[in-house]
Amino acid sequence: MKQVYSRPRSLKPAHFHYCPGCGHGIIGRLIAEVIDEMDLREKAICVAPAGCGMLVYNYFDIDALESAHGRGAAVATGIKRVRPENLVFSYQGDGDLAAIGTAEGFHAANRGEPITIIFVNNGVYGMTGGQMAPTTLSEQVTTTTPSGRNTKVAGHPVRICEVFAVLDGTTYLERVAVNKPAAIVKAKKAIVKAFRTQLTGKGFSLVEILSPCPTNWKMSPIESCRWIDDVMAKQFPLGVVKDVT
Amino acid sequence: MSGNAALGEAAILAGCTCYFGYPITPQNELTEYMAKRVPETGGVFIQSESEIAAINMVLGASVAGARAMTSSSSPGMSLKQEGISYLAADELPAVVVDMVRGGPGMGNISPAQSDYFQATRGGGHGDYKTIVLAPGSVQELTEVVPLAFDLADEYRNPVIILGDGMLGQMMEPVSFENIKPPKKYQKDYILTGAKDRPSRMVRSLLFDTKEEEEHNWKLFRKYQRMERNEVRYETFLLDDAEMVVVAYGTGARIAKGAIKRLRQENLKVGMIRPITLWPFPAKIMKETAQNGAEFFVFEMSAGQMVEDVRLALEGKGHIHFYGRPGGVIPTPIELFRAISRHYYQSRRGKK
Repeated sequence: MKQVYSRPRSLKPAHFHYCPGCGHGIIGRLIAEVIDEMDLREKAICVAPAGCGMLVYNYFDIDALESAHGRGAAVATGIKRVRPENLVFSYQGDGDLAAIGTAEGFHAANRGEPITIIFVNNGVYGMTGGQMAPTTLSEQVTTTTPSGRNTKVAGHPVRICEVFAVLDGTTYLERVAVNKPAAIVKAKKAIVKAFRTQLTGKGFSLVEILSPCPTNWKMSPIESCRWIDDVMAKQFPLGVVKDVT
Repeated sequence: MSGNAALGEAAILAGCTCYFGYPITPQNELTEYMAKRVPETGGVFIQSESEIAAINMVLGASVAGARAMTSSSSPGMSLKQEGISYLAADELPAVVVDMVRGGPGMGNISPAQSDYFQATRGGGHGDYKTIVLAPGSVQELTEVVPLAFDLADEYRNPVIILGDGMLGQMMEPVSFENIKPPKKYQKDYILTGAKDRPSRMVRSLLFDTKEEEEHNWKLFRKYQRMERNEVRYETFLLDDAEMVVVAYGTGARIAKGAIKRLRQENLKVGMIRPITLWPFPAKIMKETAQNGAEFFVFEMSAGQMVEDVRLALEGKGHIHFYGRPGGVIPTPIELFRAISRHYYQSRRGKK
């Protein structure tokens, strides 16, 4: 019998802890598949964040480090400068990269560090219980915006790809989603391209992934996937934001 | 050579290949020295976007296996504490320099010793300790830097070099001949890619409280080893001293000048100068107190190390304190007067 599907070598035989319908499991698997297919398992070093994505190092069977909240890009910079031959990527959520770690991400991008940031945007602080994130949409209800995000007092949803695109140091920035099979195929291609950008010495790459959080959105997994297309992608348009490879 | 530049050269000779820094007075000469010198040696220099980024770049370089250093001064050190806590928790070596200035808040750029508590009590969150080295001259700086890197690698823990604005900016003749090529350490924890070995994971998140407790006890046992093995201090005219000055770094240097004058007047004053502020040289102080000497603690702060002297003496011996906070540097004459006043007062008290 021909085997057509199995656990990637770069994933440990562990159970994901994520909530039902969460996008992190899909994203973790995609990264592991790409690492396998590009034969990078022995070169890859992952910098994990604080937040729901933190435990990726329990699933990836590659070298990994957990960074302080928001500092992933600075830590990845330190690793990559010492080991330029390795694949160094930082896995970060929206609170991690777009709030507490904006300076570290922005300046790593501006220096054109040849690292990759996998930026998981689900519009909320998931692990802490669904508070407003910098990427929370206008009017969106969270535990700290109980009447919906009022942009007059709570600011506007931050588009990281577009902000980073104006920096001369950035090379490849794409926004994808993991809410349906066609989108997942595109997301995987974007990760391949981002890693290739890094490994061919072309500079800084970032893949922003719109990812469902049914638990904190108070929706079913199916509603969450639809909401990404119907609402979230209006604020965060999918596609290549910058490509100067 | 200035203390800051000498520190940089010593670090390079000690095998430091990565330096990350953010400008702040009075340590800029070190960052500037490294900006020129590190690339010449094929190493990594980055002027980071903040002190927080710098310490996290150090963490990244350290987990990748390099000897890494960052430096700052008081307000910047407050920002680095998060990263120092992670370095300690992850058991990663690093050298962090603090050229202390007057504080709190923005304070000023004059030399001070008011970061003693921050340096010796861990400084960041959680149960951890860092070895703190306090050199008293530019030459001693060059001796302390290779030691700091070795201790960091030996114990897999961050080491703090606590200087001040005067030590950093003062120019003195200096020799680097004492610095030997760096020792090789077994680094079986670093991240290099999982080639021909199982994948590695460096983390400090331990959800299981029992696991976290065991990790804390493991660190605690390491700190106990440091306390046993790494205490360093210098004594000066201690044998017949009736009054023992305790001072470190620049403060000790001023005190030495004062003590020389006091000795000319036949006042029996000596000194214990801690070189490691943590682990603190408590034993020698307790022993000296048992011989009946009184203590005179001098600090360029409102009084921080004096608490450690009190703890060391365990209620034995009388402690006098003289402090000048806010970046004020007393002269040896001022200190001479302060010590002799206390000396005669306590003599009268004894009669």
